[in-house]
Amino acid sequence: MTEELIKPYGDTLNDGIVQLSFTLPVENGPRAKKAAEIYVSELNFEHISVACAEKVADDFTFFVVYARAIPVIDYANIQASEIKTEFMDFYAVNELIKTKANRRLNVVGATIGSDAHTVGIDAIMNMKGYNMDYGLERYPEMNAWNMGAQVTSEDLLKKVLETDADAILVSQTVTQKDAHIRNFTELMELLEAENVRHRFIVIAGGPRITHELAIELGYDAGFGPGTLPSHVASYIVTTFLKKKG
Amino acid sequence: MATLPLKADQIARVKELARAIADQVQDVISKNSSVCVERTILRLYGVDGVNDEGTPLPNRLVEILQEKGKLASGVSRAFVAAMLASGRDAQTTAELIEQGKIDFGNMETFSPADIRKKETELAENAVRLMDDSRKRKQEKQTHWGLPKQPWRYMIVATGNIYEDRTQGKAAVMAGADIIAVIRSTAQSLLDYIPYGATTEGFGGTFATQENFKIMRQALDEASKANNRHVRLVNYASGLCMAEIAACAAIEDLDMLLNDSMYGILFRDINMKRTFIDQHFSRLICSRAKIIINTGEDNYLTTADAMESAHTVTASQLINEAMAKNALLTDDLLGLGHAFEINPQVENAFLFELAHAQLARQLFPDAPLKYMPPTKYMRTDIFHSHCMDTLFNLASVTTGQGIHLSGILTEAIHTPLMQDRYLSLSGINYVFNLARGLGDEIEFKAEGLIAKRAQQVLDEAEQFLTSLKESGLMEGIAQGRFADITRTENTGKGLDGVFEKGPAYVNPVITRLEEEGVVHD
Repeated sequence: MTEELIKPYGDTLNDGIVQLSFTLPVENGPRAKKAAEIYVSELNFEHISVACAEKVADDFTFFVVYARAIPVIDYANIQASEIKTEFMDFYAVNELIKTKANRRLNVVGATIGSDAHTVGIDAIMNMKGYNMDYGLERYPEMNAWNMGAQVTSEDLLKKVLETDADAILVSQTVTQKDAHIRNFTELMELLEAENVRHRFIVIAGGPRITHELAIELGYDAGFGPGTLPSHVASYIVTTFLKKKG
Repeated sequence: MATLPLKADQIARVKELARAIADQVQDVISKNSSVCVERTILRLYGVDGVNDEGTPLPNRLVEILQEKGKLASGVSRAFVAAMLASGRDAQTTAELIEQGKIDFGNMETFSPADIRKKETELAENAVRLMDDSRKRKQEKQTHWGLPKQPWRYMIVATGNIYEDRTQGKAAVMAGADIIAVIRSTAQSLLDYIPYGATTEGFGGTFATQENFKIMRQALDEASKANNRHVRLVNYASGLCMAEIAACAAIEDLDMLLNDSMYGILFRDINMKRTFIDQHFSRLICSRAKIIINTGEDNYLTTADAMESAHTVTASQLINEAMAKNALLTDDLLGLGHAFEINPQVENAFLFELAHAQLARQLFPDAPLKYMPPTKYMRTDIFHSHCMDTLFNLASVTTGQGIHLSGILTEAIHTPLMQDRYLSLSGINYVFNLARGLGDEIEFKAEGLIAKRAQQVLDEAEQFLTSLKESGLMEGIAQGRFADITRTENTGKGLDGVFEKGPAYVNPVITRLEEEGVVHD
């Protein structure tokens, strides 16, 4: 394989220019700026320019820094898992379910744990959807149940069994100290303990979620910021048909 | 200030409709009480603390009475009789009841006249707590004066009250007039108030009386250091609305998030429970002069801001009418709305101006609570900062009251110190640059802005008309707000609602209602 060495691009190939912003717990002044510069050099940057240093509180200074990154990486060696699904629109998804699945698909969604934010699950499931893309409740070929927020893993599983769900959507929006990871894990452990994991397509969503993280947690797919309902719907129908064989 | 050509008779009509709708639930409120209301009375009588298992004593006492089947008469007289029996103060009496050393609920030992006399004394003290808090806050306002509106409202949400203190002080230095400590997300569904200072939370910090005290003290210090009046906010929503209001009054909070329908719709709390609890909480807010913040912005995070703008207006009108039923005056009504139109809509900014100006004119004396964009905020923080800038401009142009600072990392995490600083710098910049813009411009009579505002008001009027016919509770059951359906006999906290028996008394409510609005 040919090497493909890359580094950040500012305005000239391989100039390595990066913008950084951060706060140090020191009072602003010449020493603070010097500290910021030295800290950034420790991060393996050169040609460091502290563009902005402002007092944000007593004993705290905010910096904007431009610097040139030293390392290069070989892009040819980079692997990442991504959702390998062709995204279809609302009509195409419904048509595919109608012609290939021969029945409506059942989808249950919830925000689990202590998280009270429904914004993510609503964007995907509510009738109106998000950004002019209809939500799953509007799909004539789907039965969609949105359980809202602060749902326990046990209640979610109960609903999933009751509705004979094909897919489970789990959302986590607000998180602190990695609570979202704990919640996602707890649900997966429950599904496995009940020996029902294999029956469902289990999908994680939220601003901190990547497909890779979801896979790591044992989920089938993960959808991050900017996801549209039709993306999720496309994934569900494609995976359902694949599973069905 | 530029104004829209709204018709006074139409405004009078929608206000009348809202009044009629609010009055429909007043009957439910007056016939019932809740465990939260009873716990609030105990707190105002001086009961605090927790037992060995960590259960708050107000909860334990109400449970004990409930187990004896004696809650229908309310907790007040039973507690007064217990105090007479113990001959001790409220806190000690509560501890003795909890230890089973007093036969709680036994009304035989003392004459009704003796009980009433002691009860009057306790109720007077309870109301005096609110009066004292009001006076302390008024002294601060007289000393420092109120800042210009829109007031810059900033959230802190570290989960640790001591870290919140640092973050809050930093925000004040950057220009914040108001600091809100965001609650831990799980708290709205707790049927008790946690106790003591807390350092662990989820997406926020637990609301406890001790945390209120710690933050109040920090902000008083910040007021002195910055020579400005800094106000403190927390949340009286969920299953402890009235209790939190009582704690907030005792600890001199200036504002509380307090919506008449938010808990019903977004937390699936039973509607009777919510209406009953909000009424008492608002009576407390009225007496202690705590500004309420209502939660209409939440409708637009689930429903579309163009299609559902009229539900925001309708809810503001209903919140106003219910607040008036609980003696809140216009200066205490932080009615909510938000900047949430899809940015793909051409001229969305003009429609945002229309919505904000409509609210301004419908409630000219209320410090409207204006919420920043959240739904369409991007993880591209630079773009999100631009969106907040236009929100800031809409706010200062239309003269909003309470300006919730939009934060560029809204779509990513609870704010870092630098995020708050950048947010407030942006607000200071826009407010300063465009302070008088609203006074200099006029809205075209037949222009996009005027037409849009008229359309929303017309839709709100139709909506309220049909809501009045169906009744508010039925309307909520039909999913007319935020596309969410809730029914009268479902939802959390219903088991804590009870019908008042013939001997029921709540001397605090009675006193507050009889004495009416206080003008110092």
